[in-house]
Amino acid sequence: MRAYGKDRFPGRLFIVEGIDGSGKSTQLALLQKWLESEGYGTFFSEWNSSALVRDVTRRGKKKHMLTPMTFSLIHATDFADRTEQHIIPPLKAGALVLADRYVYTAFARDVARGVDRAWVRNLYRFAVKPTIAFYFRISVDEAMKRIVGGRDAISYYEAGMDRQLSGDVEESFRLFQGAIIDEYDRMVNEFGLVVIDANCSIEAQQVQMRQIVTKALTGARKNRIRRWVDLNSMVRASRP
Amino acid sequence: MGRFEFYGQGLPAVDTHDLKGTLVVVEGADGVGRSTHIGLLKEWLESRGHAVLDTGMTRSALAGKGLKAAKEGHTLGALTMSLFYATDFADRLENEMIPALRAGFIVLTDRYIYSLMARATIRGADPQWVKGVYEFALKPDIVVYLRATVDELTTRVVQTSGFNYWESGMDLRLGDDMFDSFTAYQGRLLNVFDTMTREYEFHVVDSSASIQNVSEQIKSLLEPLLITV
Repeated sequence: MRAYGKDRFPGRLFIVEGIDGSGKSTQLALLQKWLESEGYGTFFSEWNSSALVRDVTRRGKKKHMLTPMTFSLIHATDFADRTEQHIIPPLKAGALVLADRYVYTAFARDVARGVDRAWVRNLYRFAVKPTIAFYFRISVDEAMKRIVGGRDAISYYEAGMDRQLSGDVEESFRLFQGAIIDEYDRMVNEFGLVVIDANCSIEAQQVQMRQIVTKALTGARKNRIRRWVDLNSMVRASRP
Repeated sequence: MGRFEFYGQGLPAVDTHDLKGTLVVVEGADGVGRSTHIGLLKEWLESRGHAVLDTGMTRSALAGKGLKAAKEGHTLGALTMSLFYATDFADRLENEMIPALRAGFIVLTDRYIYSLMARATIRGADPQWVKGVYEFALKPDIVVYLRATVDELTTRVVQTSGFNYWESGMDLRLGDDMFDSFTAYQGRLLNVFDTMTREYEFHVVDSSASIQNVSEQIKSLLEPLLITV
């Protein structure tokens, strides 16, 4: 079995972490655009996206069937499928894999739900260690301002409503996400997360990200497929 | 302190001290007759006034259907399958077995974490990792292991359901066809089970005897665990 930190692949794995509203997905999308313009082949993978597992998770969430333990296990199942299908093969092929949320999301959320810290770290031991893991740090108040749609956009589990911390969605979100931030902060040293101040401008954060990623690209393959359009032949073909 | 313990840290927010029932595990290979014996036991227990809940793999409300669907396709990896089964098991443990034990039922479970650990181990998972994952499981009152040799299993399978893809471990590519693969795969499982027999103190019942005889042996193993009024 593979083990965290033991794999050596020709590709690179860059991941982003942070609570909802931290701007991590925006930053990752900008990073991907830039890497492609530099000629690198990229592969994007996001949390909760396994075709085999997604429906089970969705139904479990919709019907509020999930306990802290099954919430943890179904997400680990989803992540295992993505690791086997979408992370390891592209890394072997030399691609730059970009992941929106990674195992640290599980470590933060599950522990905030009462799951044992050591148990959940063992559960994800098969994960490939990222080349760089960015953590977009932001306060809960600031994140809440940014969540488009306000309280209606806050989901049941994201607000930790299953923990019955408070009957009020916003208050529950505040408490639960606060506990998640505490877990992230604890992981900065444990896993060497690179902290980005998510209060800075989008541009400033992106510059910082690109500088850090550049250093990790030495020796990475540039294998982006370019599809050339032959303008002359198109012009000739369109003549009557 | 209740009668029940977890293997490790256990389940978050689940109190075990008020669990009163009895947790009975029936383990054994594919085609060994587990479901037949569980059916007979249920009849016997109920006729004696015990409330029984029977459960088994892929029957969870949460993950049962999804897991079966995933097994129909051709993209299910070994690790994903192991964790999918763990999810199915956790859902049944928390939502079926524990509530039934709290209500004083006898829970008969067709397989438990041992089959799941054995399958994962054979598919290359680190045994320590697998053990760690299943630390949330309750220690059962008794594990009845219906043991059969690979020859006996083969004879039964041919005459009942026939060889199937997963029971033959075809995903592991152990042989040219289902027969070769089945014998190799079941042989490996048998070895893991023999090791676990010592570690987890299984009560071994030789399944080559008549159904009647095997059933009597199982009943006599359970007798001391039953509440008599």
